[in-house]
Amino acid sequence: MAREKSSKGNAQALFHSLRSAYAATPVNLKIIDLYVGFAVFTALIQVVYMASVGSFPFNSFLSGVLSCVGTAVLAVCLRIQVNKENKEFKDLPPERAFADFVLCNLVLHLVIMNFLG
Amino acid sequence: MATMPILPPMPVLDLVKSFKLKTKQQELLIRVSILCLVYILAFITRLFSVLRYESMIHEFDPYFNYRTTLYLTQNGFYDFWNWFDYESWYPLGRIVGGTLYPGLMVTAALIYRILHFLRFAVHIREVCVLTAPFFASNTTLVAYFFGKEIWDTGAGLVAAILIAVCPGYISRSVAGSYDNEGVAIFALLFTFYLFVKAVNTGSLAWSLASAFGYFYMVSAWGGYVFIINLIPLYVLVLLITGRYSMRLYVAYNCMYVLGMLLAMQIRFVGFQHVQSGEHMAAMGVFFLLQVFYFLDWVKHMLSDTKLFQAFLRITVTCAVAVGAIALGLGMLSGYISPWTGRFYSLLDPTYAKDHIPIIASVSEHQPTAWSSFMFDFHILLFLFPAGLYFCFKRLSDATIFIVMYGLTSMYFAGVMVRLILVATPAVCLISAIAVSATVKNLTVLLRSKNKGVQTGSTKGSSSSKAASKALLDQSQPFQKNGAIALLFGAFYLLSKYATHCTWVTSEAYSSPSIVLAARGAHGSRVIFDDYREAYFWLRQNTPPDAKVMSWWDYGYQITAMGNRTVIVDNNTWNNTHIATVGRAMSSYEDEAIEIMRSLDVDYVLVVFGGVTGYSSDDINKFLWMVRIGGGVFPVIKEPDYLVNGEYRVDKGAAPKMLNCLMYKLCYYRFGEMLTEYGKPPGYDRARGVEIGNKDIKLEHLEEAFTTSNWIVRIYKVKPPNNRW
Repeated sequence: MAREKSSKGNAQALFHSLRSAYAATPVNLKIIDLYVGFAVFTALIQVVYMASVGSFPFNSFLSGVLSCVGTAVLAVCLRIQVNKENKEFKDLPPERAFADFVLCNLVLHLVIMNFLG
Repeated sequence: MATMPILPPMPVLDLVKSFKLKTKQQELLIRVSILCLVYILAFITRLFSVLRYESMIHEFDPYFNYRTTLYLTQNGFYDFWNWFDYESWYPLGRIVGGTLYPGLMVTAALIYRILHFLRFAVHIREVCVLTAPFFASNTTLVAYFFGKEIWDTGAGLVAAILIAVCPGYISRSVAGSYDNEGVAIFALLFTFYLFVKAVNTGSLAWSLASAFGYFYMVSAWGGYVFIINLIPLYVLVLLITGRYSMRLYVAYNCMYVLGMLLAMQIRFVGFQHVQSGEHMAAMGVFFLLQVFYFLDWVKHMLSDTKLFQAFLRITVTCAVAVGAIALGLGMLSGYISPWTGRFYSLLDPTYAKDHIPIIASVSEHQPTAWSSFMFDFHILLFLFPAGLYFCFKRLSDATIFIVMYGLTSMYFAGVMVRLILVATPAVCLISAIAVSATVKNLTVLLRSKNKGVQTGSTKGSSSSKAASKALLDQSQPFQKNGAIALLFGAFYLLSKYATHCTWVTSEAYSSPSIVLAARGAHGSRVIFDDYREAYFWLRQNTPPDAKVMSWWDYGYQITAMGNRTVIVDNNTWNNTHIATVGRAMSSYEDEAIEIMRSLDVDYVLVVFGGVTGYSSDDINKFLWMVRIGGGVFPVIKEPDYLVNGEYRVDKGAAPKMLNCLMYKLCYYRFGEMLTEYGKPPGYDRARGVEIGNKDIKLEHLEEAFTTSNWIVRIYKVKPPNNRW
């Protein structure tokens, strides 16, 4: 009983701690996180849809899922480069990081459009 | 860190100084001129066969590449991408657009179009012949930048020089060797350079560039599997050794996702990046990275370590469980295909001999002998461990990469001769580090002069400086003499290397294989142009829809030069079809004619070296035909053709051997031929024996053409007899 209560207490403390730490992050990072969450959610919807109707035009399925995963991953890279707490990227201007992000997304979506079929 | 320029000889220095240049500009001028000379050298040293014979395509595979490039320039990219070739693998045909790596052809066609746009009216064959030397020159430039990234500019220059002449690379990139490797090694080194640059800078732009480099590599060669396994292994090693950083995350993720997407645009590769066992390592490391960095982020956010431990435990168990279940389900259900034979035989070298004789029969797939290593690498062989030592002394992300590349590629080079090519850039780079670091240390000793301690304190750059400072008081002139002697030794070794490389290129790697040369009785050169003679006879004297049966080695050349349909060719995609041809060649004439009629064969082509002593002929390859045929049709048994386990063609040979179709076709009318002074007629110069069955009668075939030196023999299949 005691262990159950302590583990439940642990989980709650963990949750609260995470929530309070996250609330302290700057707004621009939270926007990027929202974008990442949206992309992953879209990918999940596509996977569920594929599981129900089958994967026949496999290239279309792959291009859909990979576009979501790809843009999520690129957004995470952007977040890393823009985050003030990362010492490695302190001389990288955020405009350059955003320009790289846009370029990579452009290439990603051009390839996706070719691959959709 | 300032780089010490290597001192040029005095008059040049005066000349350079007379231009009133600053030291930095002098150094830049020296570097640029060295690179220009190396660029030209790399191109020139590959031109031996063009100068000795003519500008032609060598070997077997390049003829297919040439034919497809010709088709591409004549019919445009859309027709090329959707080409179904009905002239090979009769009656099956071959989907060329979906079964080739287009990088080489597209590159050559692009160069051809650019030259034509500039109004240079060159023939596509000239472009094809010179593509490989051109890309070899570009590889030296990439090697310079890579060396600069890993160590410093001195190492970059030495790497460029070493790779310009290294025989391991020259063997597959001479002028005329129009094969995928010529372009692929450039793409390989370029991709690796861009990736290391991305890891060093953490920039998304460099990662995007490395994804494009990977795309070019995937379009050029099947060896891209090496990249897609080495880079995840490298990431794993960095994670394990604790050198992970945010830059690594950015570099690998961008490169993997974009690279995978770009790679799937090549039809031949298709969905392998998500379905094949060989590519699963990259995906596994991708997911591992996400989990790893997520945990790192959570740890950074949480201040309490105990809570984090709990979170860590939950997440890791969940992630491992999910990953294991997914992988297990994938492999068990067969969705993730296991490693294909070609790559599995790299991990288990004995696999191919027992299970896939067609892979085992290729001469390039045999394990490498020490003599081959020495032949192809020369002094680099002992400079490689020295370079490894230097890399370990100054570990960074870049040197860890080159060490891993060197060690893995050397293992694979030991398993298969053909993979020495993949190891060459790594060996050259690591050896360059050894040479550059050693020469730098020695010249630093030389330049320390009489200034003693002061010089040591102002320009300290390596640990040998401190050592020399200590010893300087005791034995100063001895140190300098020793350094001068060692420098001369290094110069001697490097000049020996250059001589060896040029000799090897000239003697061993510049033969076109399709034209044979030998020394005549008085030392004059005799040329055997029999192959082309036979193919042109086929082109001009047979009906356009004739089908030619030969062993698969010659398929590409027959379609490219003879312009006739073949039954099997070098693509070897259908083992049963090849086994059918092997069975036909190893059967008695009556059984063989049934098989040939079922395949609509009109002509049979065999290669015979008995008159000239040419040893790569069909009789020497015959046992492989038997093995491959016997692998599919158990009626062909290898022991039937051997006597006491020995392969013979003279009187003591097995009766099945003396009467099989291949024997009859090769030795027809040979029994009357006098080949060597003092030997009986029918003396086979390649095997060194007098043949056993001299009185050969052919019932269903008739001789159509034999070349002037009897190397290629063509027979026509007679139509069935009339019933009356």
